[in-house]
Amino acid sequence: MKVTKLKTNDLILQFTAKIVFFIIFFFSIHIFFAGHYTPGGGFVGGLLTSSAIVLLVIAFDLKTVRKILPINYMYMTATGLILALATAAFPIFVGKPFFTHFFDYFNLPLFGKTSLHTAALFDLGVFLVVVGVTMTIIQTIGEDE
Amino acid sequence: MQVLAIFIPLFAAIFIPLLFRHVRTIHTGWFVLIVPLLLVSYYVTFISRVMKGNDVLASFNWIPSLNISFISYLDGLSLLFSLLITGIGTLVVLYSIFYLDKTKEQLHNFYIYLLMFMTAMLGVVQSDHMITLYLFWELTSISSFLLIGYWFQRDKSRFGALKSMMITVAGGLFMLGGFVLLALMGGTYSIRELIAQAPQLMDEQYFVLALVLILLGAFTKSAQFPFYIWLPDAMEAPTPVSAYLHSATMVKAGIYLVARFTPIFAASEVWVWLVTGIGLLTLLWGSLFAVKQTDLKGILAFSTVSQLGLIMALLGASAIAYHVEDAANTMFKYAAFAAIFHLINHATFKGSLFMIAGIVDHETGTRDIRKLGGLMSIMPLSFTVALIGSLSMAGLPPFNGFLSKEMFLTAMLTLKDFELFEFSTWGILLLIVAVVASVFTFVYSFYFVFKTFTGKLQASELPQKPHEAPIGMLIAPMILAVLVVIIFFIPNLVGDVFIKPAVFAIQPFLYQDPFLSSSPGMIDITVEAWHGFKSPELWLTVCIFVVGAILFTTLGKWQKLYRVQPAKLSFNALYDFIMDGVLNRGMTNLSKHIMHGSVRHYLMYMFAAICFIVIGTLFYKDAFRISFKGAAPIELYQLILIIVLVLGTLTTLIARSRITAIVGLGAVGYTVALFFVMFNAPDLALTQLVIETISVALFLLVFYHLPRLGKMQEYTPFRFRRLAVSIGIGAMVTLLALSAHSQKLVESINKYYKDTVYTEAGGGNIVNVILVDYRGFDTLFEITVLGLAGMGIYAMIKLRLSRKEKIK
Repeated sequence: MKVTKLKTNDLILQFTAKIVFFIIFFFSIHIFFAGHYTPGGGFVGGLLTSSAIVLLVIAFDLKTVRKILPINYMYMTATGLILALATAAFPIFVGKPFFTHFFDYFNLPLFGKTSLHTAALFDLGVFLVVVGVTMTIIQTIGEDE
Repeated sequence: MQVLAIFIPLFAAIFIPLLFRHVRTIHTGWFVLIVPLLLVSYYVTFISRVMKGNDVLASFNWIPSLNISFISYLDGLSLLFSLLITGIGTLVVLYSIFYLDKTKEQLHNFYIYLLMFMTAMLGVVQSDHMITLYLFWELTSISSFLLIGYWFQRDKSRFGALKSMMITVAGGLFMLGGFVLLALMGGTYSIRELIAQAPQLMDEQYFVLALVLILLGAFTKSAQFPFYIWLPDAMEAPTPVSAYLHSATMVKAGIYLVARFTPIFAASEVWVWLVTGIGLLTLLWGSLFAVKQTDLKGILAFSTVSQLGLIMALLGASAIAYHVEDAANTMFKYAAFAAIFHLINHATFKGSLFMIAGIVDHETGTRDIRKLGGLMSIMPLSFTVALIGSLSMAGLPPFNGFLSKEMFLTAMLTLKDFELFEFSTWGILLLIVAVVASVFTFVYSFYFVFKTFTGKLQASELPQKPHEAPIGMLIAPMILAVLVVIIFFIPNLVGDVFIKPAVFAIQPFLYQDPFLSSSPGMIDITVEAWHGFKSPELWLTVCIFVVGAILFTTLGKWQKLYRVQPAKLSFNALYDFIMDGVLNRGMTNLSKHIMHGSVRHYLMYMFAAICFIVIGTLFYKDAFRISFKGAAPIELYQLILIIVLVLGTLTTLIARSRITAIVGLGAVGYTVALFFVMFNAPDLALTQLVIETISVALFLLVFYHLPRLGKMQEYTPFRFRRLAVSIGIGAMVTLLALSAHSQKLVESINKYYKDTVYTEAGGGNIVNVILVDYRGFDTLFEITVLGLAGMGIYAMIKLRLSRKEKIK
């Protein structure tokens, strides 16, 4: 990759990236879960996570990132699609129309009153697909000489 | 459970690759065998109920909002087909275990396709809802495509697979059109409900059109003239597949469809003429050309075509019963019985013959009848089975084919007496066609068995030293051969149990209470082998045998006549012309004209089209309104942002270096995000920000690959065209936004979302709830498209790389 040749000694960038990565990543998780009530959701969450990984790619290089995160993004995309489809298809097995979502409120320890949605599972599928596809594209284009 | 049973093979198919990979010592077929065996025993339990006229109905909601559900409707007809599918399926799987080598073949592919087909076929014959029927119908075409192309390394397999799919899927699309028309006329997609209101449907304007469209579907699937051309090419499939799909089950889907829709359409003259006429033509054509073939499976393919024509003709004759008074006392009531009877018989004897053809191929290495001969002493068991099957096919006693052929002749003899549509003048012609076809059927049956098994053994011509097949391989054809004989001796038991309930489904109006014995309304048909010396059927049969025998003994002298037909005048040539000449070459030229590879041109076409359509619609609907009523005043900071936005855009346009352009574009994106923030759309702002960031990163990645700006030569006209299109797009968006703002034709949907977001969806953020719940379908498809796009990019780049490596 050409980009890596431009910078030979990015100590500050690399050091910052290591910390900022986690901040962005956890923020994206927060955004993902908050999505149902406040701004956010699977799509933005997924994009944020990928941008966190992209930051690592820019600071280090593709090979290193691949070593740190040995994830096959194609599988990730497939998992996301299957999860989304399964969540959507599940209701027809209990006699409800396709894509009926269920939710209820629970009192969980630590969290207090919490609502649990099947919509969140669907959103998780979206999240995985977005991360998977973005990273697949970036990885393939980046590795192509 | 009943609906689930249809899907059991499909579910089982999931485990096949695992079993194939991890349990290599046991042939995968043994595991597969369990599925049809279970299903056949499951369907057997329905026999006693259905025999008494108690149809079984079960449904499973699929898309309630569109009123689509899987309805499994088991009456006599569908139960008979289900039993055939699972029963023959069991034998075919058993046969395939010995036919396909477990070490050399890709067994998991084979059995997945086969199980997929089983589900599809069960679905076709049990669906009461026409949309699901269509769905399963196309699934049979697809699985047939995959199975024919199983040995995909061979050119002929791929050609045959494509041909069969092109023809049957085209027919299926016509059929879908017919279904939709019928549903619009009747107001329901349920076949049972349509049958109930059949008399009213008759007077509808599009009745005949729907009829013809549905028949096109049936004729293509059941290989009727002139669509039969795909069936001989489909013989490239492994022999178990030919025995199963292309003789016993799938090609009978068209027969099933015609039988199922007879109560609706029989009142139409067009139906009677088309079904009977095409059926007889196919019967004649198939039997004539079967003698021309030199490939064992080719003979059987044409013979299947001709026998399907026979069944079709009988169904057409059974529809005549609607047109005659006092039909229950005429011979037309026999037609439906004979059709179903022959269908069962054909499945037994043709199934066994196909398996024998496969055995001969397997043990000698060739299917060319010119090289074969004298195998009788080497393969005595195969010879016996083949002899039984062939004699039954030729219509000789004591085999079941004799009985149904007699009934066929009876039905054709009565056609002569029928007058409503002037059958009296045509009737005799139909009879002649039937007799000639029977003669040739006799000839090709003998041709098949005696040219293979008697005569001189040409050991030097054979690729392998022939020997008898292993006993396991012979079990399935032997069972079928035994059935061929047994059915001859107990036709009336078979009739009571299987055929009469099915006949009632085809001709329900003939019988008041068909399942009560000794009532006048019951189906009182008995099959007799002996009609007495005075019956014309007997003399016709004798005549057929004599002429057939003479023709067979002189075969060598007149077989050459077939060479007279020039290859250019066949339907195959027509198909090739359409596929290769018109579609392949024509479309390649067309796409070369339009798609020359420049993305910028594509974008320009698309934008121009959008512009044209939207502005055109606005003009046409007189929708331009511009009013600034209720608009908020523009604040200073907004003005500044707008100036930044415009400057950013201009920078991008006039930038000389690409990096400036990227920065400009980034500025535009971030400013737009700020606008979102200002107008209370935090979700959009957030997404826009992240998207901008990631696209800048992407630009950095691909930067190295991009050509330098300004290097490209451009013709001035193209630049002007681009300018015009971009101005057009800008104008369009502005006009659209202003017009949309200036008039409210319908109530905004905002309120609905605000009211229901908490109560219905249990959420607070409308944007996200719309994405995952209200319009979840959109999102599902969007992420699917996204996933496909990712895979596409991956494939394009990675595959290109590996090809480059290959060249090195």
